[in-house]
Amino acid sequence: MIVGITARATGTDAPVEQRFGRAPYFVFVDTETGKSESVENPLVDAAGGVGPRAVQMLAEHGAAVLITGQVGGNAARALEAGGIKAYAYRGSGSVADALAEHAAGTLEPLSLS
Amino acid sequence: MKIAIASGKGGTGKSTVAANLACVLSRSRDVVLVDCDVEEPNLHLFFPGSAVDVPVTTPVPEIDPARCTFCGECGKFCRFGALSVLKDRVLVFPELCHSCGGCSQVCPQGAVREVPRTVGRVACSCPIPRLTLISGVLNEGEVQAPAVIRAAKMLAQGHPLTLYDASPGIACPVIETLEGSDACVLVTESTPFGLHDLRLAADVAERVGVPAGVLINRSDGRDEATLDFCRERGLPVLMTIPFSREIAAVQNRGGLICRDLPGWEERFAGLFDAIVKIAGVSP
Repeated sequence: MIVGITARATGTDAPVEQRFGRAPYFVFVDTETGKSESVENPLVDAAGGVGPRAVQMLAEHGAAVLITGQVGGNAARALEAGGIKAYAYRGSGSVADALAEHAAGTLEPLSLS
Repeated sequence: MKIAIASGKGGTGKSTVAANLACVLSRSRDVVLVDCDVEEPNLHLFFPGSAVDVPVTTPVPEIDPARCTFCGECGKFCRFGALSVLKDRVLVFPELCHSCGGCSQVCPQGAVREVPRTVGRVACSCPIPRLTLISGVLNEGEVQAPAVIRAAKMLAQGHPLTLYDASPGIACPVIETLEGSDACVLVTESTPFGLHDLRLAADVAERVGVPAGVLINRSDGRDEATLDFCRERGLPVLMTIPFSREIAAVQNRGGLICRDLPGWEERFAGLFDAIVKIAGVSP
């Protein structure tokens, strides 16, 4: 399973970013192999509509799960339609910390409606 | 002749000036007043009357599921995020669409069709003899103000004398309003805020290439900074309206000072003469 996490820098040591569509990086982690890929978000300075476009990026990378701070209404609709489960991480830890919490089942699902 | 009334700062008195000028002009000729402040049009408050509504639509994409292969080209192209291509479907967010038509151009399958979507309306009325009021109204939650402004201006096409009441600010709606105008009245107030935004509005008028003049509203008689700016920029001061409780009282009950207070009909007629001068075209 591939998990996408919003981050402020590259790699699993990077701090988690609370914003979704305007997160500087997305870190995609394959939970089976442990391999991670960091992708710079080209939408950081985009004018608008970043939520649905960021969901499209998640879909392109095959993510089944998203971990972020919060998402907007349009992004929520796209996540739901795309079958991507979203979880809230509001702590100040790293991508690896958020992943560990997700694996332990302690993250709350983000309300998408 | 087309005259735009703009300001930069909100609440300086654009609509007051537009309504009074239109009312005075209508006593001697046919005039069309276009409310281009489509997010909060309010000229109808000065000129109540029954209106005919014309809907304004803009094209938005519709995906043909039989042809779409989910290649993602349309979603990559759309910089406004109006299309999300997921693995088994395409989500369309019509309220994010700016109707550029790019998605239907880049689709290799011809799966994107454009369908009209209503974003607002234009209300036309003839509230007093020789005055036609055309108000653009953008629906709540919509972003395409310029489309409604374009439609309102189009309905006023062909009339010999048209006034455009712009929205505050200096972004797309104001630029759309200024386009094609022969002259622009920049309404300001002699406060630091008024002057700051007057500078911006004067820059926009200059960039769009519309000759402009300044109208100082609610003047307390200490307008030196504004007058210095006008001198510096070669902007004529077309009119000064003093800060007055009497004027505010007329205004606050939806009245027109040109009708209700002595001397103002002549002053607004004088304003028109001054505008004609800066426009450099025959009225």
